[in-house]
Amino acid sequence: MAALPDRARVVVIGAGIVGNSMAYHLARLGWRDIVLLDKGPLPNPGGSTGHASNFIFLTDHSKEMTEFTADSVRQYQELGVFTQSGGIEVARTAARMEELKRRLASSKSWGIESELVTPAQVRAMVPYIEASVILGGFSTPGVGVVDSLRAGTLMREAAQARGALTISAQTEITGIDVRDGRVRSVRTDRGDIEAETVVICCGVWSPRIARMAGASIPLTPAVHQMISVGPVPLFADTVGEIRYPIVRDMDTNMYERQHGGDLEVGSYAHRPILMEADAIPSIAESALSPTELPFTKEDFDLQMEQALELVPDILGDERVGIRHAINGLLALTPDGNPILGETPEVRGLWSAAAIWIKEAPGIARTIAEWMTDGAPEIDPHGSDIARFYDHHRTPTHIRARAAEGFNKTYGIVHPMEQWASNRNVRLTPMHGRERELGAVFFEAAGWERPMWYASNEPLLAEYGERVSRRDAEWEARWWSPIISAEHLAMRDKVGMVDLTAFAIFDVSGPGALGYLQGLVVSQMDVPVGRVVYTPLLNKAGGIVADLTIMRLGRDLFRVVTGGGMGMRDKKWFSDHLPADGSAQLLDATSAWTTVGVWGPRARDLVASVTADDVSNAGFPFGTCRSIDLGPVRALASRISYVGELGWEIYAPMEEGARLWDLLWEAGQVFGVVPVGIGVYATTGRLEKGYRAHGNELELEYDLVEAGMARPTVKEQDFVGRAAYLEQRSRPPAAILCTLTVDDHTSSSGVERYMLGREPIVTPDGRPLVDAKGRRSYVTSAGAGPSVGRHLLMAYLPPEQAVVGTKLAVEYFAELYPVTVAVAGATPLFDPRNARIRS
Amino acid sequence: MPVEVLVCVKRVPATGGRIVLTADEQEIDTKYLGFTVSPHEECAVEETVRIVEAHGGSSTVLTLGPAAAEEQLRDAMAVGVDRAILLETDGREWSPIATAEAIVGAVRAREAAGAGFDLLLFGNEAADTGDFQVGIRVAVALDLPCVTGVKALEVRDGTAVAKREADGGWEVFEVPLPAVVTVKEGINLPRYPSVPGRLRARKKEIERGVPEWRPAGPEKVRLRLPEEQGSAVEILGTGPADAPRVVEVLRQLGVLAP
Repeated sequence: MAALPDRARVVVIGAGIVGNSMAYHLARLGWRDIVLLDKGPLPNPGGSTGHASNFIFLTDHSKEMTEFTADSVRQYQELGVFTQSGGIEVARTAARMEELKRRLASSKSWGIESELVTPAQVRAMVPYIEASVILGGFSTPGVGVVDSLRAGTLMREAAQARGALTISAQTEITGIDVRDGRVRSVRTDRGDIEAETVVICCGVWSPRIARMAGASIPLTPAVHQMISVGPVPLFADTVGEIRYPIVRDMDTNMYERQHGGDLEVGSYAHRPILMEADAIPSIAESALSPTELPFTKEDFDLQMEQALELVPDILGDERVGIRHAINGLLALTPDGNPILGETPEVRGLWSAAAIWIKEAPGIARTIAEWMTDGAPEIDPHGSDIARFYDHHRTPTHIRARAAEGFNKTYGIVHPMEQWASNRNVRLTPMHGRERELGAVFFEAAGWERPMWYASNEPLLAEYGERVSRRDAEWEARWWSPIISAEHLAMRDKVGMVDLTAFAIFDVSGPGALGYLQGLVVSQMDVPVGRVVYTPLLNKAGGIVADLTIMRLGRDLFRVVTGGGMGMRDKKWFSDHLPADGSAQLLDATSAWTTVGVWGPRARDLVASVTADDVSNAGFPFGTCRSIDLGPVRALASRISYVGELGWEIYAPMEEGARLWDLLWEAGQVFGVVPVGIGVYATTGRLEKGYRAHGNELELEYDLVEAGMARPTVKEQDFVGRAAYLEQRSRPPAAILCTLTVDDHTSSSGVERYMLGREPIVTPDGRPLVDAKGRRSYVTSAGAGPSVGRHLLMAYLPPEQAVVGTKLAVEYFAELYPVTVAVAGATPLFDPRNARIRS
Repeated sequence: MPVEVLVCVKRVPATGGRIVLTADEQEIDTKYLGFTVSPHEECAVEETVRIVEAHGGSSTVLTLGPAAAEEQLRDAMAVGVDRAILLETDGREWSPIATAEAIVGAVRAREAAGAGFDLLLFGNEAADTGDFQVGIRVAVALDLPCVTGVKALEVRDGTAVAKREADGGWEVFEVPLPAVVTVKEGINLPRYPSVPGRLRARKKEIERGVPEWRPAGPEKVRLRLPEEQGSAVEILGTGPADAPRVVEVLRQLGVLAP
């Protein structure tokens, strides 16, 4: 065994598929002095890679996860360890058939070849399936299996061939030293290694290793049950590992896949069986391996009966025995996404955890790019470890959400579906008032935010036909027509919106201006009292964030960003703080509550409770200032995300209820309505063409394509400036457009309303692909009550990005005609922004 | 001629890795372990099923153990045993004397009900305590012939022919039925349970009895793990140049002529 080096450029901990892929990609990108450690033996150190069923389905409703998977398949193919078998997700229920149509749409949006098939077609491909128990299937020919252990070995060898890698198996981590917030060395039972970069690729053990450095990786080990039965007579003459497509029995949360002479039957249907990372047995104590725990038969009995229904020819054969059965451990996270990126607690300490075989090489490539120059090709924002707030890291939250999420593994999950467990963690000061008004709360970053208010139901009669109803249950789920009524009332009179979920950071110090100038796209050297909306870019010109910054003093700026992105944005800002300490960042999120007051009567309302000048001349658009509202001294900021006259009013958290009451009571004479986030985040925003991070704005599109390039670029250098200038110098490959749906009528006569992520296609159903190979899909969708249309946003190739172009959107396997209404950023509603500036 | 066969098994931890004791050193710590029966007993169960398949009759599996030992009874039924008897304990370890008495009680009760056994199969010894006693004690108490360590068994009309390995050959016994036979691993290759077998086993009734605890025989003071036989690895070298050192070691070991 080679001696451990004293120093390394990077230490990768864990030699499962993730760690091996990390070592490979770091070496490929030029990293040297890489050390790969594992406490177990190679090639199978005993983690989840060793017992994985190793199959890869391609389509996920998440673009990010689908891209990770597609990239991984390409890599596995290059390594020669991928066997294409095809795969079919089968439906036993009508609801599932509808879900399969939705999966077909996701396939089309992300560029995966798939089709819907009949039970007879399923049976033709998989002769052991009992066709009578299914209604149909969703077939993806590109599905296959990999040899993940062999892939790992090949990747290690490739890194070694570059002279970049030292491998040390059977080496236990005993500590990670951190000094001044940065990782310094890794301690092992075979000696210590100095390293300023460490990647934790430890699967279910990741929380334990992170804790050694004072960081947290919020995941929990959980059991996935699998049995292997054989010998299957039908498989007797199979050459190689697999001949028949893999079947996912979606409604029973199970899969059946050939593995040589055996059929593997796995389940995500049993009760969630969670563990603690510290409770996993050691290698020495394990009967099989630490992640292959004794099978608990009683948990699998029901699944066995259900599997027997679908695969009676094999599982009903008395000669076919249960030869192997395990409770395999895998990692579950509170939101179901992987946990990737540098930990917010410790510089240089990276997490690559909660990753499945199907996405590991793609994720490793992404992280390696991220580590190398901060600009991964695939946008990992949904999986970024920095997305978690502290409350997300509590065992209570992790266990509650992991348990709830486990049985959704194959679930039909509505895009707006709310978590049931561990709610009411972050409550705004107005929560009680909102509850009295019948608020229907949706969760954002742990905050309970009113999506709409039942008390506004009378508005439905008032607005009558102008409020579109949704007859299809799917679109009516997690939705109310009251949202549109609130929207119209706000546009007619005035609405109050609880915006407390904002994340707020104060940047201060003599270097604050210079620091911000170097970080954001917009000009920050503005007079005190100005509000600046700005995107932020990475070095490659990818869009990292968009947010507003108020200049409150010469050396004081307040950054306001969405709660969902708050902690990611905080890390981005923190990471770029000047080393000389001339600027500091303070997270003031918990200090401020925010109420938005918008609508034509907003000025009348605010003026009625303040003696300060709130006239258009005295308080123009794009400015902010302290004003007194009754007994509350607040910071008012005259901007709007809904396209109306009004203010965001920031008050001390403890004064929030009083502020709300004051505005509420004073607002009665002006017809004030409480307005939920349904208006703020969707209907109001879409009518105005405002872009949202994570929908329209992400690393894979640039500001020119998003229609957000300003006429000039500031002189001062900022992150991404060179790339941004380059983007501006050439025509965009796609242009963000707003489209209207021309006809909602489905073949059954029911009107359907798209919710987002559906493919935009030619009128005859062909996908649109831009010059960079990106397909057009709906980035945001929602009602536009004031324009009387259902609105979609989508990036279109320039040829289609022309007002009036007729296209189609595919929704539940039907085409609906759409028309390009806006190409670029011009709002559909009030295109000259007269309201905002009135 | 149909044969009524009883097979007795014992629930034991399925050890595989390093064994860990509970803090009071009274038990094996089973928090990471599944449970099973000894390989000998697995073979006894398989032999039971084969005999009944070949001759007709019926099979019964019996265990004395905690309520959780139902799992081992269902495992036996999953591979074809017809019915099961659980002599339920509170989890304490029963001595072989007391265990044999409880089993004898159950067998006599069935005889009294007109449902006696022609053949009583045991594993040669339990996987954990390794007393080698229960089968013999049951045979003595019931005044039945007994053959131990059996690796081949054939049932004929009213007799059983049992073979066990002896130095350089086989000892062959022919005993009249009813008889007791303790079986050794290797007598057969046990089958895996099928899915239908497992599902049938799940639904079967288990006959239950609660024998009275009786201390008998030696008492357990505590368990102690033997010293670990740690393996020391000495690396002789790498590459062809070090081959002579390997040859030297092989000579020392007597593998190569000096």
